[in-house]
Amino acid sequence: MADSINTSKQYLPDGLGPDDLLDMYRTMVLSRTLDERVWLLNRQGKAAIAASAQGHEAAQIATVRALDPSQDHFLIYYRQFTVMLGLGTTPVELLSGFLAKEGEPMSAARQFPLHGAHPRVDLFSFSNVVATQLPHAVGVALADKMRNSTAVTTVFFGDGAASQGDTHEAMNFAGVHRLPVIFLCENNRYAISVPLHKQMPVDSVASRASAYGFPGVSIDGTDMLGVYEAVSAAAARARAGDGPTLVEVNVERLLPHTTDDDHTRYRPEDDIAGMKLRDPLEITRDMLVSRGLLTLEQDAALRSAALKTVNEATDTVDAMPYPTVDTMYDHLFAEGGAR
Amino acid sequence: MAEILFREAIKRGLAEALDNDPNVFIMGEDIGEYGGAYAVTDGFLKQYGPKRVIDTPISEAAFLGAGIGAAAGGLRPIVEFMSISFSLVAFDQIVNMAANLRYMSGGQISVPMLMRAPTGAGVQLGATHSQSFETWLADVPGMRCVCPSTPYDALGLIRTALKENNPVMFAEPALLYAMRGEVPDEYYEVPFGSANIQRAGDDVTLVSYGAGMRVLAAAADELAAKGVSAEVIDLRSLNPVDYDTLLTSIEKTNRALLLDTSRRKGGAMAEIASDLHERAMEWLDGPVVRIGAEDVPWPYNRGLEQEVYPQSSDVLAGLQKHYGI
Repeated sequence: MADSINTSKQYLPDGLGPDDLLDMYRTMVLSRTLDERVWLLNRQGKAAIAASAQGHEAAQIATVRALDPSQDHFLIYYRQFTVMLGLGTTPVELLSGFLAKEGEPMSAARQFPLHGAHPRVDLFSFSNVVATQLPHAVGVALADKMRNSTAVTTVFFGDGAASQGDTHEAMNFAGVHRLPVIFLCENNRYAISVPLHKQMPVDSVASRASAYGFPGVSIDGTDMLGVYEAVSAAAARARAGDGPTLVEVNVERLLPHTTDDDHTRYRPEDDIAGMKLRDPLEITRDMLVSRGLLTLEQDAALRSAALKTVNEATDTVDAMPYPTVDTMYDHLFAEGGAR
Repeated sequence: MAEILFREAIKRGLAEALDNDPNVFIMGEDIGEYGGAYAVTDGFLKQYGPKRVIDTPISEAAFLGAGIGAAAGGLRPIVEFMSISFSLVAFDQIVNMAANLRYMSGGQISVPMLMRAPTGAGVQLGATHSQSFETWLADVPGMRCVCPSTPYDALGLIRTALKENNPVMFAEPALLYAMRGEVPDEYYEVPFGSANIQRAGDDVTLVSYGAGMRVLAAAADELAAKGVSAEVIDLRSLNPVDYDTLLTSIEKTNRALLLDTSRRKGGAMAEIASDLHERAMEWLDGPVVRIGAEDVPWPYNRGLEQEVYPQSSDVLAGLQKHYGI
């Protein structure tokens, strides 16, 4: 039983009811199940590469729920199954991206999984060169500000991306123009194999916000409700015209960097053992059980429902065709004049 | 028909877009109060206000990346680099991001962003201000790359660029900002991918773009004095390239020379020469001759810089060597 959150309280943040908590947990379970499936598909030779969201799920779903997908923008990076699912992407759509099938909605099978854009949810992501999405988010927010929109743009990045020049430049630009941006750093303490203390000489990414004239908060990313509250506060600040916030969620990377990596080569044993105690699925489940919102039997049923969904999605995607080679030049240039 | 400066032609095109489309805005370094390093945006801040004329931090990756985001978000940003040499700081955002975004999103996201940058050597600004990276960007799929050589083309091309729904690099030869030329009062555009025969001739096809057209004009005069009739072609657009015009000319003249005021090694002209060898070999009486700058960083010293810079005498020497004319 994890003790990182106060499970004795029945406290709920504004905007969340008991059903919301269960629904968020359900999305986390679906994300985990799908994530595990993608790794399996990689080992079967069907998915060329995958990064995992395992360990990041609570922070991701809480962030999405604290925002308003009907107007807000989301610029994600490559580790964001739970954000995608939270924004309405279906398991079939996600799996078809990993398997590069025709009709894959993110990139028409042209780009790395979890990269591209999405026709229904307002997001785009091209983060292989890490941190490039931060200046993009600044531009999206600049466009919103110029049109007097109340939308908030949230850009997700890892602790490794925080070392890039683009991160500094984007935060500085957003600070100067007080843009409605939430810089959401998912700090899992590893940039592939390089640990945090070799990436930066300070304890937290959030501490840098002071250099850009906006607040930075560093919070436990396994605490779903804590993240929800921090992101809600950042969104309220952005909508009020008060500018950006840097929210750092401290999470665990439960799996290696990608399917091409083996983190036992560089992570100490006690670090790996410690991280397993901070699995956000277990922490959230325990919180729900302690509040009387979930029984272990209901949890088992919920997990088997997720597995059934993922099994069906896998079959569907397996049967989908690959794009034909005569489409190679499709989508290269936009046609015509004014949009 | 009025005579205006090259910089005024660009300015007119930008002002038209700002006047006609509320989604257009300009950002870059020192483009507001200062009016731009080459005075192209002089007066814009007063006229259009700080919301649409944005002085940025010295932060090329951020403002180019922000341009991408704003374009994806529905606006039509114009991003000015103080020098195309400084665009290297944002090359990741230009090449990996702006140009690839549409393809990588399966056609969902377009980036109608105009990038403008002074380009080229010859003004004694040293190695890190004098390069011509339009010649690299011409290789990149998913974006357009143009470079005018006259005020007429500058206005016509920038009008096209501001209707284009793909990223465009609009390279402005620094040597030409003060050039005068006639520009009609009536509206016109210069389409991308259309080369311009600046001077018709029968004996040799001379091809360049941007500031290189001045060198070719001098060379054509010197050739005429020798009784050689040169056809002088301005590419105007490096991506797409108007091969039809080049091939039609070479079929007539049987001789071709490409001049680049950037380094001779590599670049857009190397690609075009290679293509012409494949596509026009049967008509050519000799190799496609290439003239370009020496393979060194641009020297600051005037004498050295001029020695590195290709001259009309280099053109004549190249034709003498390879075609005996």
